[in-house]
Amino acid sequence: MRKTKLLIGAMVTAMLSGTAIAETELTVYTAVEAEDLKKYAERFNEDHPDIKINWVRDSTGIVTAKLLAEKENPQADVIWGLAATSLLLMKGEGMLEPYAPAGLEGLDPKFRDKADPPSWVGMDAWVAAICVNTVEAEANNLPMPTSWKDLTNPVYKDHIAMPNPNSSGTGFLDVSSWLQIFGEDEGWAYMDGLHENIHHYTHSGSKPCKQAASGEVTIGISFAFRGAKSKAEGAPLEIIIPSEGIGWDMEATAIVKGTDKMDAAKTLVDWSITDKANMMYNEGYAVIGKQALAKPVEHFPPNIPESMIDNDFEWAASNRERILAEWQQRYDSKSEPKG
Amino acid sequence: MSQSEPYLRITGLTKKFGEFTALSDVSLEVLEGEFICFLGPSGCGKTTLLRAIAGLDIQTYGSVEQAGKDISELPPAERDFGIVFQSYALFPNLSIERNVGFGLENLGQSSEQVKKRVAELLALVGMPEQGRKYPAQLSGGQQQRVALARAIAISPGLLLLDEPLSALDAKVRVKLRHEIKQLQHKLGITTIMVTHDQEEALTMADRIVVINNGLIEQVGTPEQIYREPATRFVAEFIGAMNFLPASAGDGGEIRIGKTPVRVQGVDLPEGASALLAAIRPEDIRVGEGVENCVDARVESVEFLGPFVRAELSSEMDAGPLYADFSANLVREQSLARGSELRITLPADSIRLYPA
Amino acid sequence: MTATTATAAPRGRPVRARSSRDDRQMLAFMGVIMLYLVIALALPLYAILSKSFQNKDGEFVGLANFLEYFNTPALTHSIQNSLTIAVITTLISVSIAFTLAYGLSRSCMRFKGTFKVIAMVPILVPSLLPGIALVYLFGRQGMIRELLFGHDIYGPIGIVISEVFFTLPHALIIIMTALSIADARLYEAAESLNASKLRTFFTVTIPGARYGLISAAFVVFTLTITDFGAPKVIGGGYNVLATDIYKQVIGQQNFEMGAVVSLILLLPAGIAFMVDRIMQRKQVALLSARAVAYEPKPSPLFDWIMFAWAAVVSVFILTILLTCQYAALIKFFPYNLSLSLKNYQFDLMDGGGWASFYNSLELAGWTAVVGTAVVFLGAYMVEKGKGFHAGRALFQFLAMLPMAVPGLVLGLAYIFFFNAPDNPFNFIYHTMAILVISTITHFYTVAHLTAVTALKQMDPEFEAVGASLKSPFYRTFSRVTVPVCLPAILDISIYLFVNAMTTVSAVVFLYGPQTSLASVAVLNMDDAGDIAPAAAMGMMIFYTNAGMRIVHGLLSRGVLRKTQSWRNR
Repeated sequence: MRKTKLLIGAMVTAMLSGTAIAETELTVYTAVEAEDLKKYAERFNEDHPDIKINWVRDSTGIVTAKLLAEKENPQADVIWGLAATSLLLMKGEGMLEPYAPAGLEGLDPKFRDKADPPSWVGMDAWVAAICVNTVEAEANNLPMPTSWKDLTNPVYKDHIAMPNPNSSGTGFLDVSSWLQIFGEDEGWAYMDGLHENIHHYTHSGSKPCKQAASGEVTIGISFAFRGAKSKAEGAPLEIIIPSEGIGWDMEATAIVKGTDKMDAAKTLVDWSITDKANMMYNEGYAVIGKQALAKPVEHFPPNIPESMIDNDFEWAASNRERILAEWQQRYDSKSEPKG
Repeated sequence: MSQSEPYLRITGLTKKFGEFTALSDVSLEVLEGEFICFLGPSGCGKTTLLRAIAGLDIQTYGSVEQAGKDISELPPAERDFGIVFQSYALFPNLSIERNVGFGLENLGQSSEQVKKRVAELLALVGMPEQGRKYPAQLSGGQQQRVALARAIAISPGLLLLDEPLSALDAKVRVKLRHEIKQLQHKLGITTIMVTHDQEEALTMADRIVVINNGLIEQVGTPEQIYREPATRFVAEFIGAMNFLPASAGDGGEIRIGKTPVRVQGVDLPEGASALLAAIRPEDIRVGEGVENCVDARVESVEFLGPFVRAELSSEMDAGPLYADFSANLVREQSLARGSELRITLPADSIRLYPA
Repeated sequence: MTATTATAAPRGRPVRARSSRDDRQMLAFMGVIMLYLVIALALPLYAILSKSFQNKDGEFVGLANFLEYFNTPALTHSIQNSLTIAVITTLISVSIAFTLAYGLSRSCMRFKGTFKVIAMVPILVPSLLPGIALVYLFGRQGMIRELLFGHDIYGPIGIVISEVFFTLPHALIIIMTALSIADARLYEAAESLNASKLRTFFTVTIPGARYGLISAAFVVFTLTITDFGAPKVIGGGYNVLATDIYKQVIGQQNFEMGAVVSLILLLPAGIAFMVDRIMQRKQVALLSARAVAYEPKPSPLFDWIMFAWAAVVSVFILTILLTCQYAALIKFFPYNLSLSLKNYQFDLMDGGGWASFYNSLELAGWTAVVGTAVVFLGAYMVEKGKGFHAGRALFQFLAMLPMAVPGLVLGLAYIFFFNAPDNPFNFIYHTMAILVISTITHFYTVAHLTAVTALKQMDPEFEAVGASLKSPFYRTFSRVTVPVCLPAILDISIYLFVNAMTTVSAVVFLYGPQTSLASVAVLNMDDAGDIAPAAAMGMMIFYTNAGMRIVHGLLSRGVLRKTQSWRNR
């Protein structure tokens, strides 16, 4: 019977994992773009062929919720590639194992948990951006926006898509950065105005940009990395870095407290901040943990590092629940038929 | 088994389906080698009784003994019988050979033995060389024979036939009736057949069990059942019968209307003053007899082939009286509507029932 | 030899029938399958019910969750939306299905067979697929968006079109059956009374098919209100109950509110189910009155009108299908229309890659094999076994229940039940096993009814004959019952296979990192904005199902001809 096979399989794995590192399988939770997962695992295995990575990927909000839901009985060994705000939340819940990986000193101090040893270490920065479909903008006679405020201009009505912050890390990044840039009251007022122009909210952070790329909407509030990718595929996209500054978050790495594969987990976290790993992140992201190694990324706007706001991750993490509830109250409840 | 001990003994059998009582305190004994027919109208409980004997629908109360062993509580698989259903229930996906051999294969016989026995059985039911066909390729009568062969293949002690002939057309039915009876005689197998067809029961059975409303009305040979119906129901159900309102008279006589009529060989039902006198149409004689002679008039005649059924009115003034006269007699006496004649009701042909 | 006259009082103690080994074995089998239904259906449903009365910490809070629900206009508004969509879809789908069925059964049009095959196509694809096609047809860059006259396809319009596509075959099958039992003698009578065609239609045709129409309406209504594929893909901001459950659970991990919405969704689905059962029963009653089959007579004008209509419906269905295939092969719609296979590089996208396609094949295979065995054995034991009537009735009830339970509700119920840390079955969570179990359970009812119908058509005395021949039940079962019921068994397995390939609703809550599925991949790729790969994966599901259907057809015809030669005289 299949069930018994599964059971025996689970028992065998459990027995092996305690003893030999030679065949360790790590369950790694991530929100890294799906198309990059294979590459990340392959590069890591070039140096550590004895550790197999089993990815569990979903959008940031989902992975976060999943990790929190599994708090009592964690399934993940390592988190590799999740928003720092989310990791801060987990640190607060005491779910992370503090660990100072080898080579920590080479990392930009912004890209690590302030505690010593740090509970998480950063990989790359992932920045908000506006994807504008130039063909559609022209066809609809729309001016090119240059700031966040521009997006509340009624000419953009029903031309904008943005991710729902409840499920998307990018969405939360946008909302929390607006609240920091404009202040709480003005921030919500800004979103009220923006909401009038939004055609729909998406589940994932990359969808608005992909939809802009294919002309399903004219403007997608998304993140720069996604825009650059789509542009590389030949989409008529302009990636706008709004003048008020852009929210950003780090993709970061951490060990889940209670893992019974601590050695392998440490090996992975060590590797995640090596030069090799950073250069790998640089293939898609302009801003990385070891910025000295960074080369310009094709299709990325050059002014990103300067535009990144001084993001208060602690504030964002500790107010996350309140912000999301408020957002849902205001907009999800009003996501009436617009067609 | 000695003749004195019955092969099958049913005692106090009651079957209830919820509130409905299908069989009520039925007792019956069947001798080894007998051919018994359960006869009755549909819904009378005859099939229920058969299914209780088979263990298919086990009775609520009472016991069934077969060959001296109490089988009351046994499931069908642990009893010793072969059964043929009205639908034959031949396995449609198996060839005739396989159908007949189905039970044999369970007995652990070699395939050679099975093959030989199947061939024997098919020959026995008059269907040699047909073994490779499938049931759907056979006529109804042929299917019936196969079902019979399958049922007797494992040499059961008891053969149960549940309305086996009712799905067949009249000619085939008559032919098979004869064949089944012969086969049963040849094998000497104790057989119980359920039927609602009195002709079938009268021609085939050693004894008939007439059932009505979950009760046994009468058990007897076909002759007894026909000649001496024990109850009004049996008299009415089997054959044609005149029922004449009557009352008890003096000295063993009865009165039909104002006419005193002598009866012979029957007792007056106890305590009943209102009676029904019953006489079969074929027992009414034309002409002056020694007793019970009355004047009658032909009201109508109905030609039924070998005989004529005449509707008579008589001086007894007890409603219409039907009499069967041979076609020859009618011709000789030129009986027709309006003819006046003298008829006799033989005393030993009259049965009495409480009204 | 004594004839006993009636005595009312029965003698002795009641007879307790001794059960045979067969009876005990069959009862044991039935018990095992009933235990399966209890574990896979009854207990999870109880879990979801109790969850709706609990807070996040598992404390009983009475109706608090329901109060919160009804005080949140955003959520309650979905009830109205769901009902609106379901009612409009029902009207349109049943109208199309009825006119099409009328043409197919009452006219002498050509290509009836082809039209019937095309009309069945939507069964073979996930309910997400029409939504994807509509984006390409009527979206901002849609190829024929002008036909919408400026209306937005994202929202009720898109949902309704998708649901009509999705529900049409179901309605068509039911109405075709209803029309096919019409009694030709009634039409002859109407003709002899010089009734006009129109009058005949309203006095004979419609009343004759009324149970079928009502039944079809309720089936379409239930399918629509419980479907979440179409509103997910094309609904935009138009929230319905089904997407609310998904959002509450997946988006916000608010399981308690998910349970509340589930129970609210259960209500209309349950009522519709009960009405449908009553209608089906009445329809059967009509069926048993032996009617003379109606043979249509040629009538050029009518035949051509019906032909044109069938062609229109077929074009609609094929357009949806071909659009998806076209989109899957286009490099970068709408800016680079060159052909490419890059959308088939599933490993570069969300959704689990090609592995999810192979997982789906595995799921469909297991579901078809295990499900058919479980369902058919269960139906056999409950139909042919003896005694234990209360248990038998309970079994029948449990077997009918899944029809009334929307997939999302079942999936959520599984989370509550199987993911509870103290559940001994916890180990199957996130495995292929739980996907197989949930899928079998989700589609149990129709499979069970198919099996029961086939078993009821068999001579009820086979088992009695088998017992009298001292044949153990399993021998009669394997030598006679299974071969005779083989067509039905094949029907059950293809039904389970196809549905396992297309289903999203229950499994979307249950798949694990190693057991992602093709249908869920369609959803997730669409979610991530990879709509062309989503279309490509959807078409992979279609080709798989179409292939299996062909295999099924060949099996039914070819192999069955061999094993069922007894059917042909």
